[in-house]
Amino acid sequence: MPQLPTRRGLLFGTAAVGAGALLAGCTSNDSGDDEPAANDQPAADDKPGKAVTIGFAGPQADHGWLNAINDNAKNRAKKYSDVTLEITEGSNDTAQQIGQIETLINKKVDVLVVLPADGKALTQVGLKAMRAGIPVVNLDRIFNTPQAYRCWIGGDNYGMGLNAGHYIGEKLKGKSNAKVIELAGLDNLELTKQRTQGFDDALKNYPNIRKVARQAAEFTVESGQAKMAQLLQAQSSFDALWNHDDDQGVGALRAIDQAGRDDFLMVGGAGALSAFQAIKQDNGVLKATVLYPPTMAASAIDLARALGQAKGVSGLAEFEIPASLTLYSAVVDKTNVDQYMSTGFK
Amino acid sequence: MTQPVSPPRGSADKVPSVSQPSAWRGVFARADVRTLSLIGVLAVLILIGGITKPDEFLDTRNLQLVLTQASVIGVVTVGMTFVITSGGIDLSVGAIVALASVWATTVATQEYGFTGILFTAVLVGVGCGLVNGLLVAYGGMVPFIATLAMLASARGLALQITDGRTQIVTVPSVLDLGERDAYVLGVPPLVMVFAVVTIIGWLVLNRTTFGRRTVAVGGNAEAARLAGIDVRRQRLYLYLLSGLCCGIAAFLLIILSGSGQNTNGNLYELDAIAAAIIGGTLLSGGRGTITGSVLGVLIFTTITNIFALNNLQSDVQQIAKGAIIVAAVLVQRRTASTT
Repeated sequence: MPQLPTRRGLLFGTAAVGAGALLAGCTSNDSGDDEPAANDQPAADDKPGKAVTIGFAGPQADHGWLNAINDNAKNRAKKYSDVTLEITEGSNDTAQQIGQIETLINKKVDVLVVLPADGKALTQVGLKAMRAGIPVVNLDRIFNTPQAYRCWIGGDNYGMGLNAGHYIGEKLKGKSNAKVIELAGLDNLELTKQRTQGFDDALKNYPNIRKVARQAAEFTVESGQAKMAQLLQAQSSFDALWNHDDDQGVGALRAIDQAGRDDFLMVGGAGALSAFQAIKQDNGVLKATVLYPPTMAASAIDLARALGQAKGVSGLAEFEIPASLTLYSAVVDKTNVDQYMSTGFK
Repeated sequence: MTQPVSPPRGSADKVPSVSQPSAWRGVFARADVRTLSLIGVLAVLILIGGITKPDEFLDTRNLQLVLTQASVIGVVTVGMTFVITSGGIDLSVGAIVALASVWATTVATQEYGFTGILFTAVLVGVGCGLVNGLLVAYGGMVPFIATLAMLASARGLALQITDGRTQIVTVPSVLDLGERDAYVLGVPPLVMVFAVVTIIGWLVLNRTTFGRRTVAVGGNAEAARLAGIDVRRQRLYLYLLSGLCCGIAAFLLIILSGSGQNTNGNLYELDAIAAAIIGGTLLSGGRGTITGSVLGVLIFTTITNIFALNNLQSDVQQIAKGAIIVAAVLVQRRTASTT
């Protein structure tokens, strides 16, 4: 993170660190000593500007992470006196969500932020909004065509796997015939395949490590407990475990506890508060988690506001906000967990 | 889905003919063959497990694991068996487990401790069962619809209570029941609860008036009514019973997973119905077997266990599970028709 300014940086830190810091940390540069060379365009900052109405359509928050997405969006919008947030009831039903977005289009909101239940299925309504002159910030689940959004912001599932694999690889360096196992998420989701692919690709760098088992759970505590109990029974000894999701990780940790096992290290995924707390306490197998930060929703509001005010992102030389922004799947372990604690979702 | 309008086709065991010893013997003989074929399926599975993964499968810990994992859905299936035997269906069991578990874990965060959690889980289960029972028995609603409505609203309420969050339980007295230290003579407490519920269920269905009435209502509700059975009250009790089982199951799930989540009990309704049907309980009512249902649950859990031990992926698991349901029912039809 480049020279984080003092007062404002701290203020932002409490609201949304993670990705938010990328935007926030650089805001005070506009009056700073070393002016950026190319960009004279006013960049978005937290001083009140032109009033912007942002329409937000998200999916039903039936999972800790999705609930955190909604909270992040709402809290971030509240922070700006110039932003009005028109929020629809979350829905996992494609037809219903299309209807909700159409309502927002009819209300003539200035910018739309959409986290579709299904990116492909909602492409058409994204196109419709763009044709109606409403720029769309596509959050996380990507539309089929770049024509349907002005800017995409989301997490990096492949990167999660990659970083988890590298973390485990470095920890097991020098250990011959090291065995790792993988507790994957819902197998019929594309993101699960990407996370596994990234993990496998990272492990290729470490010839001493072999993945000996992989089971898919369902992103729930119940399935995490059940699948992990089986994995522990199947593998009498292994050195590391990568679990795709911290919510199902609650169940996985319970199964590990019930089996009385502590002979391996575990890396989680997503960034739940309970995982951060366990990492900080450092009295169990969970040593790290790779982020899929829900703060992306706060950043999406920032980007939507910048779009509405026709400003760029400060800290970058560009006049306009980027067309896509892939967040970094940072590894949070004991050394940096305090920095991320406030972003942890319940 | 409810009761057949015309009398069942010539099968003596479907009429509440308590005073016909020969007919009863026939029922037992048939049930025995059915039970034996299920035990055979289970034996084959154990053989497969033993051959493919001898060290991991034939291990005390694995036996404990399989039985523990069968416990939650097993308790639900016992209740479901009663409902199906009476010619009804309860699609809301998974949702009731979810609602009971999140409600009870909400209580947990307010420091009511063990009794509070147990009491709330059971009470919510019974409450939902009561609503189901009133709708079906006195509201005249088709069980499929009434319990479908309960499924939707209980899941919705569970989501509203949790806000999508995972409610982690930190009450030691509850959590300790899931730990190895709590095993008595190697038997996990969850498995003991499952065993007790099974035994009580078996006794009630096979040895009490309540059980005979349940079979009678499922066989021919009109004949049961003419025989002096209060069919409506019987139905009310049956859905109450199913709800009670869901409440107990929710408590077991809290012990097992250490948390409450609105996604708990996902698709339990299908698993419980499948286990009951495989076990030999007639979906049209009039015949039910607790032994069969429990064997059905054990078969499913063992399959899952063998798959996981052999590191098969979930897509393969699902396909095989479907194939085994078909195979088991086909085998049963054959054995049932030859006796």
